[in-house]
Parts: sequence; structure tokens; C-alpha cells
Amino acid sequence: MTAAGAEGRFALELGGIGKQFGEVVALRHAGLAVRAGTVHALLGENGAGKSTLMQIAFGTLRPDAGLVRVAGAPARAAGPFPGVGMVHQHLSLVPAMTALENFALGGHGLFDREATRRRMQALSDASGLRMDPGDIVRDMSIARQQRLEILKALGRDASVLILDEPTAVLAPAEARDLLAWVRDFAGAGHSVVLVTHKLREALAVADDITVLRRGEVTWAGRAADTTEARLADAIFPGGSSPRASRPAQPAGTIVVRAENASVSRRDGSAAIAGASFAIHAAEIVGIAAVEGSGQHELLLALAGRLPAGPGSLELPGRIAFVPADRKHDATIPSFSLVENVALRGAGRRAGGMPWRGLATHTAALIEEYSITAAGPDAAAGTLSGGNQQRLVIARELADTPALVVADNPTRGLDLNATSFVLERLAQAAARGAAVVLYSNDIDELLTLAHRVLVVHAGRVSEVALDRDAIGRAMLGAA
Amino acid sequence: MSELSPFLEAAVRTATPLLLAAIGETVSQRAGVLNLGLEGCIIAGAYAAYVASGAPVAGYAAAVGGGLLLGLTFVLFVVFLRRDQVIVGAALTMLGLGLTGTLFRAQGQTGALVATAEPALHVPVLSSIPVVGQALFAQPASTYLAVLLVPVVWWWLYRTHHGLALRAVGESPDAAHAAGIRVRRVQVVAALFSAALGGLAGGALVLAQAGAFAEDMSAGRGFLAIAIVALGRWRPLGVALAAAVFGSAMALQFVVQALGWGVRYELVLMIPYVLTLLALVLFGRGSAPAMLGRAPENASS
Amino acid sequence: MSPRARNAFLVVAAVAVAALSFWALAPEAAVAFWNGSIGSRNALLSGTLVRAIPLAIIGTGLAIAFRAGVFNIGGEGQLMLGAVAATLVALRGDAGALTAPLALLAATAAGALWAGIAGVLRARFGVLEVISTIMLNFVAMNLVSYLVRGPMQEPSRIYPQSAAIADVAQLPRLAPDVRLHIGLVIVLGVCAGAWWFTSHTAAGFRQRATGSAPIAARIAGGIDVSRVALGAMLMSGALAGLAGGIEVTGVTFALYEHISPGYGFSAIAVAVLARLNPIAVLPSALLFATLETGALGMQRDAGVPSTFAAVLEAAAILAIVATHGWFRDAAPRPRAAESA
Repeated sequence: MTAAGAEGRFALELGGIGKQFGEVVALRHAGLAVRAGTVHALLGENGAGKSTLMQIAFGTLRPDAGLVRVAGAPARAAGPFPGVGMVHQHLSLVPAMTALENFALGGHGLFDREATRRRMQALSDASGLRMDPGDIVRDMSIARQQRLEILKALGRDASVLILDEPTAVLAPAEARDLLAWVRDFAGAGHSVVLVTHKLREALAVADDITVLRRGEVTWAGRAADTTEARLADAIFPGGSSPRASRPAQPAGTIVVRAENASVSRRDGSAAIAGASFAIHAAEIVGIAAVEGSGQHELLLALAGRLPAGPGSLELPGRIAFVPADRKHDATIPSFSLVENVALRGAGRRAGGMPWRGLATHTAALIEEYSITAAGPDAAAGTLSGGNQQRLVIARELADTPALVVADNPTRGLDLNATSFVLERLAQAAARGAAVVLYSNDIDELLTLAHRVLVVHAGRVSEVALDRDAIGRAMLGAA
Repeated sequence: MSELSPFLEAAVRTATPLLLAAIGETVSQRAGVLNLGLEGCIIAGAYAAYVASGAPVAGYAAAVGGGLLLGLTFVLFVVFLRRDQVIVGAALTMLGLGLTGTLFRAQGQTGALVATAEPALHVPVLSSIPVVGQALFAQPASTYLAVLLVPVVWWWLYRTHHGLALRAVGESPDAAHAAGIRVRRVQVVAALFSAALGGLAGGALVLAQAGAFAEDMSAGRGFLAIAIVALGRWRPLGVALAAAVFGSAMALQFVVQALGWGVRYELVLMIPYVLTLLALVLFGRGSAPAMLGRAPENASS
Repeated sequence: MSPRARNAFLVVAAVAVAALSFWALAPEAAVAFWNGSIGSRNALLSGTLVRAIPLAIIGTGLAIAFRAGVFNIGGEGQLMLGAVAATLVALRGDAGALTAPLALLAATAAGALWAGIAGVLRARFGVLEVISTIMLNFVAMNLVSYLVRGPMQEPSRIYPQSAAIADVAQLPRLAPDVRLHIGLVIVLGVCAGAWWFTSHTAAGFRQRATGSAPIAARIAGGIDVSRVALGAMLMSGALAGLAGGIEVTGVTFALYEHISPGYGFSAIAVAVLARLNPIAVLPSALLFATLETGALGMQRDAGVPSTFAAVLEAAAILAIVATHGWFRDAAPRPRAAESA
């Protein structure tokens, strides 16, 4: 553990924070106090309000009530507060620019490349975060991009560093490295707020913990004074609802066969090479990979959206596809629910559009999958994230496909929505479909999958259902 | 060979308004804003310069003002109301052409010469160099301005933080916003810059080239400028080169007439446009700012 | 009142208010406008309606293209190529009664081809169609200038126009003493067909999806957005070419330089005002045709420059675009079996 904060000085304090978005109350009397020189974990499930609270702490969001104090003084600036650095969940770097330019972004006056390079180098050395200024961001791995984001935050002379779900996109070993760095960083006297939904992570690394549930603080105190069970209770009281369980081991026919298959991205670069595997009916295959390893392209190829070649990839007729980005890839927000349902198979449909039948079908789906919406003619964009995902799953699973491809379907969903999605996938498998599921939550995969395939640097290999083995394979180690 | 010098001179003179408009449009497009109203800005600037009496300075000031009028409208619709850039730009071009045509006809003008045309500035010694001297060193001030703008804009884009911010807005407004950049403000400035330079280009058309105003005299130069930006790969130096090539292609029509070549005049007029298409196919792909033409989803500042 | 009815009402109200204030402020010009556009049988049937035909056809094509996210600004050039093709076919009367249909067919194909150049450039090379279609406009205009002064010039070599087309190639008139021709019927067919296409066929749905959200269309719908965009471009080019063919066989009976007084650009206004709905293109085209003939009337009788029409058209586009959701609100959305 890190050294305790010096004489109880607080690097960051939030008190009595209230925030409402229209009808929705995001935060109610929320707050936390970060002791200087410590790691403070902000725990809670997706949708609890953690990111909102941290945006208020950072200064990009104004609270309706309550106040923020940085190093003891009330924070009043418009825009990001001085002294507070934040690395968001969704990295905000300019892909086409170099690390140096991204680092310099937001500065004023003349852009002296040499001086900036020297400053970046000094910061890199001091913090132990290796970075090559000339690298172009879109060619960097997610882990490196994240390091750049941290450097950027440090470059703003941050004494408090907020990290929002940083390990969500990292392989287990990378996550361990990051957390080790966080400990060292705090040990050097800085303060860190670690936003996470992972209990064990919080207990492993933090000095203090604050738990948020539905916008309210349900527990706050020292990590040393609590247990996993107590925290779990604070995060979801009454015990967590059981996740979907793995259906019985199938012995079905082969539904997907890949022989030395390759998949190229739309820009021509190779994403997957020499992949050979088979997937059987009623089987759930989990895909584990670090972002950027080629798994998205593999899934797109399995769904028939990207060609596979050279090599061969045999696919069945009816394929269901749940893309990763439901807002941009899976639905058309301005189209009605009926029209979104009509998207399924739109690429191959010939002749007329049977709107009457589609409308009835949509109404039935809304009923069966409990989708909360104003009606079949409501615009898909008016649905909440969870309901949008329900719509997508409903549309895709409705006609008993032979293969279901799901790309990170539970990302950003709260527990209920997550259970719903996983249950439906398990049901589809029980009904005989082959299911391929990519998730960056390894535990999710381990709970549900019969087999696990790991994708690393374009190579696909089968790995035992063992957390460590999977984690090592994700990084390419034996 | 004796035709070369006047041809070069014509080429440089013809390229000037193209370069002015293209440099402005480059800045705008690097910020992700496609200003299709550029043609309208040019004709508006041309008419304003024609109407303003007095020294060329007044003419150019009026020209910039004319361009800015359209530019402000563009900014209102595209940046603040977030409407579609192409439709609004097309409407503004129609507006510019229609309005200037209407005003011109209403005044009963028939294209009398402007009394305040811009004189050529001869650079001592250098303008006496054979062949290129006249072409490069005996041009009106607007030409020297256009040429000077190239390194200035380059320096501004790559050596200042404002330039870096603008480039980021055109590539990834979300990242720019996260870095504290006021995305909307950057886009407004960029669009207005292109509108102002478009107006200036129109002024150069009247004051330094034609010496008079005629309806629709912009003749598609605004669109050519947009093509030049793509050809120059959105970089100031490339844009300058492309503008030079196009100035030459357009100046070719005078040479053809003078030389009495057997080539049909209309076919020669086609050359700049066909050249654009060919060049876009060969060189134009990629390197466009990622957000060009698309309204950023969350630009809230 | 449903949003669509409300929008239509607002447009009609705005037009009424504009017309009334015009009449109040400048009665002389207003009368000239009226007489020039719809005030007399001659003006209406030989002027305005005739003008509305190409506006409606091109406008319909643009509605299709814009819906698919394809910004075809090349209507003018595609019209010209259509006119050239129709003239070439119609100069000879060999095919007898089939000459006119063949000429129109050739015109449609030529327009599609010309648009196809820009379409392919976009699909294969990523060239912005906004730029390429505009460049092609200029090439087409100069091409026509060249043709009517060169290879296609009329025999006496005096005027920059082609010889007159064969009598048998002329489109029949709807009444002996007016210029209004059978093109009107073609327009009705085109608009109805386009409406049915966009709202009731799978291909039309694919175009709409591609225009609204190309990424989702590709990933969720498995739609080949490149091909769909090309198809939309070809369709709009074909319609613009058809309009050119109709002008030659129905109105001008010869090819000359300014055969189109900017129909390709006015059609943008027509499509936008109609909010990209092919049926609404009909009244929209009529409105803009009225505007243009009225402006000509004003120039003739009251000395107001006819270029003012372009100003009004631009203002109309801006006014429509300013109201939120100008496109989405009016997309003909199929209704669910029971009202929501």
C-alpha cells in the first residue's frame, strides 16, 4: 500500500453534489474526499454516476448543487480545473496526429516543437511512462495511447489524476503494470482517483474507497477496514442477480469452419492471418483479445460484413450480428423502430418492403423483449442504451439464426441489461445456434463460454478456460 | 518564344485570385468546414470592389466586406444551426450570383471600366530579368499578397497553437473539445477567413485582372479553388503549386487565341476542369481532414 | 396536426404572406409577375407549366440522390448531355413514331453516363462528388458550345445551334395552341414511380439507410453502401438527362448553348423545398417555375432584373433548411398497423 496522506490534507474534495439531466437524477448528495498522496477508488456498477461525478470533479460539468475543492481552495474556473487531470474512458486523442502534437494540444501562443519535445521527454522520464513523440496515435496500441493520455494530464501540472475505468481496455498484464504505476505515482506524493467497477482492483490498489450506487454514496472509508463482501453489498444490495449460466456442453454439427483464413481491414492492412478453427452448433465460443488485435475484423468477417481471404471461411446462411457500437453501427437513431428492425437483411432483400408485416413483427418484439419505447414508430435514438441493445438483440435473434456474432454486447450496460443480454445469448445457444462472443471482461467469458479463442496480433489460437492462460495469450506470451 | 513572357505574366495574374481563394478555403477545410459558398463570396467581393470608388485599398476593403457578408450567413447556418454545409453553401452561391446580377442590372450598368484599377508594382532590377522578370516581379500588390500568404499560413498552421487547434478540430473535434479548445469558435473563424479571402479574390478579379465587372464573372473559380485545395492535399505549399498549374491552364486560352492555333477555343476552356478531374483521381485521395463536410456531434462550445 | 401537415401549412402560409406583401408594396411589379407566370392561359400553359416539367424531373432525381447522401450538383451538365444525345437521335427521322421515345431513352442513358463518371470517381477513388459534378458541369457546357459551333452546327453555319430536329421526333402537344407537351404526363409518372421506389422497395430503403447512417447501413444492414450511392447517382443523372431530352424534343426542337436557364441548380431548391419527397416535388417545381416566369415577366414589363428569381430561390432554400429536421420530418415513413 502507499504511504498514508500527509497530515490529512485533501487533494480533492466534493461535497453535497447533486446533478440532474432533465427528468433523470444522476447524482444526489454525492461526494468524496481524496487525501493527498493516496489512491482513492470510486466503485460502482455501470450507470451508477461515477463518470458524471468525476466530470464535475474535473470541471467539465457544472453540478446543480454542492461544491468542489481542489487542494483546499474552492474550484471556480470555467472549464477544466487547474491542478486536476483526467484520463477519460474513451480516449480523446487525434488519431491522425503524432504523440507530440497530441501532447501539445490545448496550449497557447507559439508552438515550439523543440521545447515541447524536451518537456515531454522530461515528463516521460520523471513519471516512468515511455513515449516516442514522433509516433502517430492511430498506429499505437491502446495501452500506449492511454499512457499518452496520462502524460497529457500530467503535462497540465496535475496534482490530482483521475483515471476513468482505465483497465477496461487492457489485457490483465497491462492492467497490472498500470496499477503498479499508479501505486508508485501516489507513493511519490501525487493523488489518484481510480474509477472502476472492479471490486478486486479497488481493494488491491486503493487506500480509500467510495462506493456509488444510483447516484448516492453507499459506503466510504479506508480499504484496509473493509472486505469484498461488504463492498459487494454496498454496490448491489441484496446480492447480485445471477449472471446467465453456461448451457450444457453440446456436440453439434460444425457451423463455422475457418481454414487458414485471413481478414483485411477496409484500408487494406491485414487484421487476421492464417486462422483455423471450427465452431459447432449450440456452442458458445468466447473471444478474448486486447483492443486492436484484430478481433473486430474477425467478428465482422464471421458476420459476413468483411470478406475473408485468402484461405477459406465457411459460414451458415442465417447470421445474427450484434455490433460493438450500438449507436453508430447497429442502429440508425433517426429511423423508427420498425425501420431499424427492417435493417436486418436489408442488404440482400429484393423487391418491395413489407411494411405492414414488419410493423406487426416489431410490435411483437417490443412486447417479447420488454423494450421501453413510445411505440414502434418512435425514433430509435430516443431509446436508452439498454433498450437500444434490447432492440438490436430482438431484431437479430428473432428468426432463429444458425450463428450469433456478438461484439462486446454488454459494454457500458448496467447489471440488469448485462444479465438480459447474456441470458438471451445463452438461450440462443440452447436453441441450437452457434454463438461467438467477444468481451473485454474475461470473467464474463469464463462464466458463459464453452471454449475460448484468443486473438493476438492477428493470430487466433485456442486457450484453456483459465484466467491466467488467457491473460498471457492476450499478450502473446506462451 | 516571344509568347512565353506574356503567357507567364497572364498565368501569374490569372492564378492570383485562385490562390487567394484557395488559401482561405484550405484553412476552412482544415477545420472541417467545406465552404461551398466560396463562389458566392468571390462574386460578391468582385461586385463590392466594382461599386466602391476611390483607391484600390477601398476597393479591396469593400471586397472583403462583401465576402464576409456571405460568410456570416454561412457561419450562422452551418456552425450555429448546424445545418448541412453543402446545401447552405450552394444556396449562398446562388444568392451571391443572383444578388450581384440583380444589383448590377438594376443600376443599368453595361460593364464600364473601373477607374481605380490596381497598378502593377515593378520590383527594381528583378523585373528586368528576361522572360520571367515581368511575370514574377511586375505584378499588382494583390499578387504579392497572395504569394506572401502561403508561408504565413503555413507557419500559422504548423508553428502556432491556434493552428494546431484548428487542425485538431478538423480531424477530431471530440479530442479538441477535450483539450479545452472552443470548437465552434475555431470553425467560425476558419469559415470567415475563407469568406474574406474569397471576397478578396473577387476584388482582385475586378481590380487587378478584368478592370470591370460582368455578371457571373467568377466563372466557377470558387469551385476550382475547392478543387485546388484537394489537389494541394490541404497543405499551403501544395495548394500554391496547384494554383499555379491552374492559373497556367486558364491563361492558356489567351495564348491559343494569340497564336491562332487550330484548337477550338471551347475545347481549350475545358482543360482546367478536365485537368482537375484527372488530378483528383491521381493525387486527390486521402489526407483530407477527417471531419470535412460533417457537422461535429457534440461541439458544444 | 401532424408534423407533415403543419410543415405544408407553414410553407403555404409563408408563400401567401410573401405574395400579399409583394402586391401591397410594389403593385406594378406584382401585376407584371402575375401576368408573366400564371395570370393568363398563355403564361400558364406555354410558360410556367412547361418550365415546371424539367424542374420536377431533375428535382425528383435530386430528391433520390440527396436522400442517399449523394450530393449531385451536376444536374446542369447531365441535362446537357441528355440534350446532346436526344438531338443526335432526333435529327434523323428514320425510326418514325419511335424516334421521340428513342431520343428520350438516349437522353436518359447519356445523363446516367455523365453522372456515372462522378459516381465512379467517388466509389473507386474517393473523389468528393460535390467537386467532380461541378467540374463536369463546366466540361458539359463547353462541350455543347463546341458542338453547336462545330460538328453539330446547323447547315448554314450562321447560328450557334444545331439543325432543327425531325418533325416526327417532336413530342405531341396537349393542346394545339399551347407549348405544353406530353412531358407533363411523363413527369407525373416519374414522380409517382420515384415515390413508390423510395418508400416501398428494398432498394429505396437501402438508399435511405445509406444516406442517413452509412456505417450502420453497412454493418447492421449488410448494405453495400458504395454500390447504393452509385445507383442513386446514376438514377439522378438519368432523370436529369431525361429532362434534357424532353427540352429538346418538346420545347426547343434544336440544341443550343443556353438550353437550360439553370434548371440543374433551381432543381436543388425544388428538392429541398419538397423536403426530398418525390410527390411534394410537383407543387414545389410549380412554385419555382412560377417564380422564374414571373421574374421574366417583371423584367419585361416592370424592369426588375430576372436574376432576382435566383435570390428568392436561395432565400427559400435557407428558410427551409433553417427549420429543424427539414429532411427527416418529411421522409415518407410507413405507419404501423395501429397508431402509436
